[in-house]
Amino acid sequence: MVILQSLKMALNSIATNKGRSFLTMLGVIIGVAAVITATGFAMGSTAEITDSIEALGTNKLMVFNTSRQSNRDMSYEDFKEFTDANPELISQMAPIVNGNSTVKYGTSNGDFNILGTSPDYADIDDAHVQEGRYILDLDMEFRQKVAVIGTYVVNELFEDTSPIGEKIKIDGNVFTVVGILEEKGGGQENSEDDMIIIPVTTGQRIFKNARITSFEVLTTSSEVVDEAQAAIEDYMMSIFNSEDSFKVYNSAFFLETLEDITGTMALILGGIAVISLIVGGIGIMNIMLVSVTERTREIGIRKAIGARKSSILIQFIIEALVLTGLGGIIGILLGIGAIVFIISRFVTPVVDPMWVSLSFGFSLFIGLVFGIFPAYKAANLNPIEALRYE
Amino acid sequence: MTSLIDIKDMHKSYVMGSNVVKALDGVDINILNGEFVSIVGPSGSGKSTLMNMIGCLDVHDSGSYHLDGVDISDLSDKELAAIRSEKIGFVFQGFNLLPKFTALENVELPLVYRGFSHKQRKKHALEALDRVGLGDRIHHKPTELSGGQQQRVAVARALAGNPPVLLADEPTGNLDTHTGAEILTMLDDINSQGNTIILITHDNLLAHRAKRRIEIVDGLIVSDKGAK
Repeated sequence: MVILQSLKMALNSIATNKGRSFLTMLGVIIGVAAVITATGFAMGSTAEITDSIEALGTNKLMVFNTSRQSNRDMSYEDFKEFTDANPELISQMAPIVNGNSTVKYGTSNGDFNILGTSPDYADIDDAHVQEGRYILDLDMEFRQKVAVIGTYVVNELFEDTSPIGEKIKIDGNVFTVVGILEEKGGGQENSEDDMIIIPVTTGQRIFKNARITSFEVLTTSSEVVDEAQAAIEDYMMSIFNSEDSFKVYNSAFFLETLEDITGTMALILGGIAVISLIVGGIGIMNIMLVSVTERTREIGIRKAIGARKSSILIQFIIEALVLTGLGGIIGILLGIGAIVFIISRFVTPVVDPMWVSLSFGFSLFIGLVFGIFPAYKAANLNPIEALRYE
Repeated sequence: MTSLIDIKDMHKSYVMGSNVVKALDGVDINILNGEFVSIVGPSGSGKSTLMNMIGCLDVHDSGSYHLDGVDISDLSDKELAAIRSEKIGFVFQGFNLLPKFTALENVELPLVYRGFSHKQRKKHALEALDRVGLGDRIHHKPTELSGGQQQRVAVARALAGNPPVLLADEPTGNLDTHTGAEILTMLDDINSQGNTIILITHDNLLAHRAKRRIEIVDGLIVSDKGAK
C-alpha cells in the first residue's frame, strides 16, 4: 500500500519538477547510454572480426617463417615435398611472398599490394577469378610474368579498356594481366580487392627480399588440424632447429586472441559504466538531500498522522529508485538510438539484452545505495521540529 | 464514562543552550470519553509541550500517561507511530495539508499508513469529507480552496480514521473571525456526535467555547473548570 502510494507520489514529484528531475537523472542517463552504445559498437565489431576469422575456415593453418638468419630458409619446393608426403593430413598449400610495388599501365600508375603465391591459393583463400584465368602450375614452373588483379586495381589503372591481355609494369618488370579476381572487399583500397597475384617463383625473383614469409595450409578435415599442426611443427623444427624461428597458427588461435581482447574491452567498458553511474548516483544523493530538507514539513505532517519511520524510508528510497530507473530507461533508449542512427554506419551493431538489463539493474542499485542516506535522514526527522519547519 | 486520557505527575524539560527549561512540571489531567476540553495558556506556558505529549509526538521524562488504556511510557518510535495513527487526529493552526494532493488524497493519507485497502480508504475519506460539509470539493487541491475549506479538509483528515481523540492546535489562528466561528461550530457538532476534542489555544474567548477549560501556566495546571 505504502509502496504503491510512494510510487505514485514519486512520479508526481518528478512530473512537477521536470527540469530538476532531468538534471538529476542526467548522470545515470549518460552512463547507461554510454554503456549501451559502447558495448553495441564493441560487440558489433567483434562479431564482424569473428565472422571473418571463421570465414578463414577451421581447417586452415598459417605457417610463419620468423627466423632472422637468411641462410636458414625454407623454399616452396622443400615445403611442397613435405606436404606431398602427408596427403592424409594436408590437402592444399600456398606460399606467400608479400610486397608493395608501384604499378604502371600506360600513363596511369599506383601503389598496390603484390602477392606471390601458388594456384592453390585460389581455393585456400577463396580468391577466384571472375574473368580470364588464375595462375597455373605452368606459370610457376617457367616463372611467367603473369598477373591476376583485384577490382580496386582494375578501377585505378584501367578506364574503359578490358585489362585481360594488357601489359602492366610492376617495379619495371612487364607483366601480362591474365585474370580479374572476384570482388570481395567492396573494391576499397587495402581491402582484398587491392591486390595483384603473381606466381611465387616470379615474385621471389623480382622482389629483392626473396624469402617466403609464410605458408597457408589447408588440412584434409578440421579433425586433423591439431595433428597437422604438430607434423608441421616437427618438420619446421628439423629445418630450423629453433622454436623461435617459426610459428604455426590455427584459426582457433585467432579466435582465442579475439576473445581475450573482447574480455579486456568488456572490463574497461564495465569500469567506465560503474564510474559514471557512481557519479550519477552522487548527483542523485545531493538532490535527494535537498529534497528532504525542502520537504521537512511534509515529513513532519506525515509522521504526525501516523507514518512510521519505515514508511518514510520506503517513500524516499522509492523516489530514488524511480529517478534512477527512469534515468536508466531514458539512457537505454538514447543508447539504442545512438546505435541505430550513428554506430550502424560503421559496423553492424549489437544490442545485447545482457548489457541492457545489467546497466538498468546497476542504475537501480545505484539509486538504492545513494537513496538510503537521504531516506534515512528523512525517516529520522523529529516530528515536532519537522512540523515547526518553515 | 471511561477515562480516555489519564496523565499523572508528568514532567518534561528541554535543554536550550545552557538552560534547562521545565516545560511541564508535574501535570495531572484526566479526560473522559466524549469531552470537549480546551487547554489554554500564554505562549511559553507549556501548552504546546502538553499537546505534543497528548499527541504522542514526544515522550515525557517522568510521570505516567495512559491513552485509551494504553501506557505510553517506554513505547518505541514504531509503536508511537501506530498509536498516532489509530488514536489521534491532529488539526493544526497552519492546516498542514500536502499541497500536491487533492482534498480526498489528503484525507486518505492517514488511512494509507493504517494499511486500509483502496476501497476502504475512499469510503472512510468520503464519509469524513461529508461530515465537514466538503463532499463536493474532494478533487480540489489545497491551493484551490479557501482557508476555512482547507481547515475543514484538515478536520476531515483527523476524523477519517475515527480516532478517539481530536487534537486541535489553534485551529482558528489562521482564519478570520467569521470562518473561525464556523470551524468552532463544526467542532461542537463533531463533539456532540461523540468525539472527544481537545482544543489548545492562547485565546481565552476561544477556550470558553469548550465545556471544560484547563489553564496552564509555567508548566503547571492552575485551573480546571467545567469538568463533569
